[in-house]
Amino acid sequence: MVEAAVAGNEPFLLEMRDITKSFPGVQALRSVGLKVAKGSVHALIGENGAGKSTLMKVLIGMYRADAGEILFRGRKVAILDPGEALRLGISMIHQELNPIPGMTIAENLFVGREPTFPLLGVVNRSLMNRNTVQWFKEIGLDIDPTTKVAALNVAERQMLEIVKAISCNADLIIMDEPTSAITGREVEKLFGIIRTLTAKGKSVIYISHKIDELYQISDVITVLRDGQYIGTRPTAELDRQTLISMMVGREISNLFPKEDVALGPVVLEVQGLCQSDKVKDISFTLRQGEILGISGLMGAGRTEMVETLFGLRKASRGTIRIHGEAVKLGSPNAAIAHRLALVSEDRKLYGLNLKDSVKNNVTLVNLAQYCLGGIVRQGLEKSVCAAQIERFNIRTYSQAQIANTLSGGNQQKVVIAKWILTDPDIIILDEPTRGIDVAAKAEIHRIIVALAKEGKAILLISSELPEIMGMSDRVLVLHEGRLTGEFAREDLDQESIMMCATGQEQRSQVQ
Amino acid sequence: MNLTQTTSATRHPELPRVPVRRVLAKYGIYIAFAVLFAILSFSSPSFLSVQNILNVLRQTSLNGIIAVGMTFVIITGGIDLSVGAIVAVAAVLATSYAHPGAYPIVVPVLMGLVFGALAGFINGFTIAKGNIAPFIVTLGMMTIVRGTALVYTGGRPIIGLTDQYKWIGGGYWLGIPAPVYFFLLAVLIGHFLLAYTKFGRHVYAIGGNEQAARVSGVKVHRIIIAVYTLAGLFAGFAGVVLSSRVMTGSPVAGLGYELDAIAAVVIGGTSLSGGVGSIPGTIVGALIIGFMSNGLDLLNVSSYYQQIVKGMIIIVAVLVDQKNKQVK
Repeated sequence: MVEAAVAGNEPFLLEMRDITKSFPGVQALRSVGLKVAKGSVHALIGENGAGKSTLMKVLIGMYRADAGEILFRGRKVAILDPGEALRLGISMIHQELNPIPGMTIAENLFVGREPTFPLLGVVNRSLMNRNTVQWFKEIGLDIDPTTKVAALNVAERQMLEIVKAISCNADLIIMDEPTSAITGREVEKLFGIIRTLTAKGKSVIYISHKIDELYQISDVITVLRDGQYIGTRPTAELDRQTLISMMVGREISNLFPKEDVALGPVVLEVQGLCQSDKVKDISFTLRQGEILGISGLMGAGRTEMVETLFGLRKASRGTIRIHGEAVKLGSPNAAIAHRLALVSEDRKLYGLNLKDSVKNNVTLVNLAQYCLGGIVRQGLEKSVCAAQIERFNIRTYSQAQIANTLSGGNQQKVVIAKWILTDPDIIILDEPTRGIDVAAKAEIHRIIVALAKEGKAILLISSELPEIMGMSDRVLVLHEGRLTGEFAREDLDQESIMMCATGQEQRSQVQ
Repeated sequence: MNLTQTTSATRHPELPRVPVRRVLAKYGIYIAFAVLFAILSFSSPSFLSVQNILNVLRQTSLNGIIAVGMTFVIITGGIDLSVGAIVAVAAVLATSYAHPGAYPIVVPVLMGLVFGALAGFINGFTIAKGNIAPFIVTLGMMTIVRGTALVYTGGRPIIGLTDQYKWIGGGYWLGIPAPVYFFLLAVLIGHFLLAYTKFGRHVYAIGGNEQAARVSGVKVHRIIIAVYTLAGLFAGFAGVVLSSRVMTGSPVAGLGYELDAIAAVVIGGTSLSGGVGSIPGTIVGALIIGFMSNGLDLLNVSSYYQQIVKGMIIIVAVLVDQKNKQVK
């Protein structure tokens, strides 16, 4: 390290060079670089799917890069697993914290490395507790090490994770969306701790969508987009407008098969919809044949909003009208009865029975229609399923193929086929092309357009701006549960959408 | 034996590997049963006699009837530990109405069925609405129901039954023991419900992915309640057959039957994590257990050793099943 400094190179704590990583059908990172200086807060920003998390997972050894090298403290390292990263002094604090709730703070800190007395492996509790108190003091916190973690709130658990990183002598701490679940005062406290850490010479990689926070805490900002490195600037020299253009400034190609459809009457009318603190006072209308895009960053409340519409979550306020009639959608059954369909964001959780056949998945919602006195008419069912497989071009060797063995794109087509069988009026598509390859994506886009032409009303949620812009007649933008923007197709513009999605701007537009 | 065949297939590259394995994965349990049957036929001369086979079938009937109900429960991802105790309560309730000159035969039989179904309904209702783990609910119900049987009889067995009642478990028709027909009836009902009806589809859907089933409009609670009610009904029926067969309504009947039923279901290829399984598999599972203990009896293996063998079969069956699934 000393030599490197003498040689005139900048003494970067971490240098990642030309990191490339692909997953089947997706190029997640293309030759991405990142240099983190000692004692700095380095912000990493980009849209959902820009490659931030993948890059960090490569860094801590959860993924192996296809190409590229990592230098830590000036030395080339090969990090094969998170344990190795920790030994080197790199620690990641994940978005989802998972401490062991039944154990005390000290016990959690020492999991897997409990100090023992020489004989019999008896745990040395007093040493554990003393060290724990000491470490918390380092970041200016006074705690009782014997408190059960179950009694801690999210912010306190986060502090615990940070202390865990410190206790492992980590010099580089990665924080993935650390403020997604904490509030104003706790955020201030977190920033205080981050400043204490950097003052001690530790470095922090700070991943966040919240632009205001980046300007408060970071020294340097690196922007990624579509798995590519866009640029690194000192925060003080980067204005917000430039930052947003770096995040979204891509060429919009006209690859989308969107066709103009004459819009019919209003099918769905939502007014003042609220759902606990996730969805706040949202109102909009949706017309027959219309594709209404819903844009927003992670945690904007998009999924929560459509799950509320579908009866999976209880609305705390607001009215929903379908074909002009006020309805109560308290359960998926009620939603289905009102001809709603939900192709959910997580197809493995809500979409499919992975253990059952393509046929049984496709006909599940509508099974009653193929039954006579409760007995399934197997011949009819098979011919219906065959028609769906043909219509949606589901690549399967037989109707009996187990859903688990299909590719992601084909699984998604099974979910869509299932819902289209119910002949819905309103189709909610939540991230319908996430995690599937380019060819399958294009097929799903064609399906969506065909459905709109049939007169279906479509709510399309997507984190990919090009998809939203290419497919929608109109776009709503959500930020922290609120509607912050509405755009007609001809006014769509990436930067304005991003300004609304990050809460920098409010914009409403009468259609 | 499944394992050895699979490995020999891998040693011969000219054999089409995947189909062989797929066949094994799908029909392995039936092949295992056939091989077991063949081995026992060769090793004991008295095994293959009509008398012996009918005997085993009659013995298997009870476990088979209970296991049909258990199959539904396990496919939903649940478990029912109370069926053995339900056998006892159904036995004592039914027999207490089966004394000569008291009631027509349908009364005791209905008593057993209705109370079995009622206990099952309470299981299902508590599991679905209370959102409590099936293991806990049915463990509690096991003790409650067993206690009820003991309270009802004061701990004494009920004897003195009508000949009609005794026929249910002890009679013959066309040379075949009556319980075998009841087993067959249970199997037909169970298989029909599971494989051919909307209800059966929903059972698989819940076991495969309860959340997805709910989103797809499946009335999850209703199906869960129905499944446990069905398991209780079958167990109640088994209680009637058992008490008739031994001509006694005993409050301590059916001890450990839940475990035999679970064993039959699991050996038959139903996954304890839910979503996968079938009634034909369960029948074969029950038959394997029945023929295995009969064969070991004939070979003069002590019943102590038989327990060890039975335990090993359960573990090996699941192990082979796991391996086969990984092949996919």
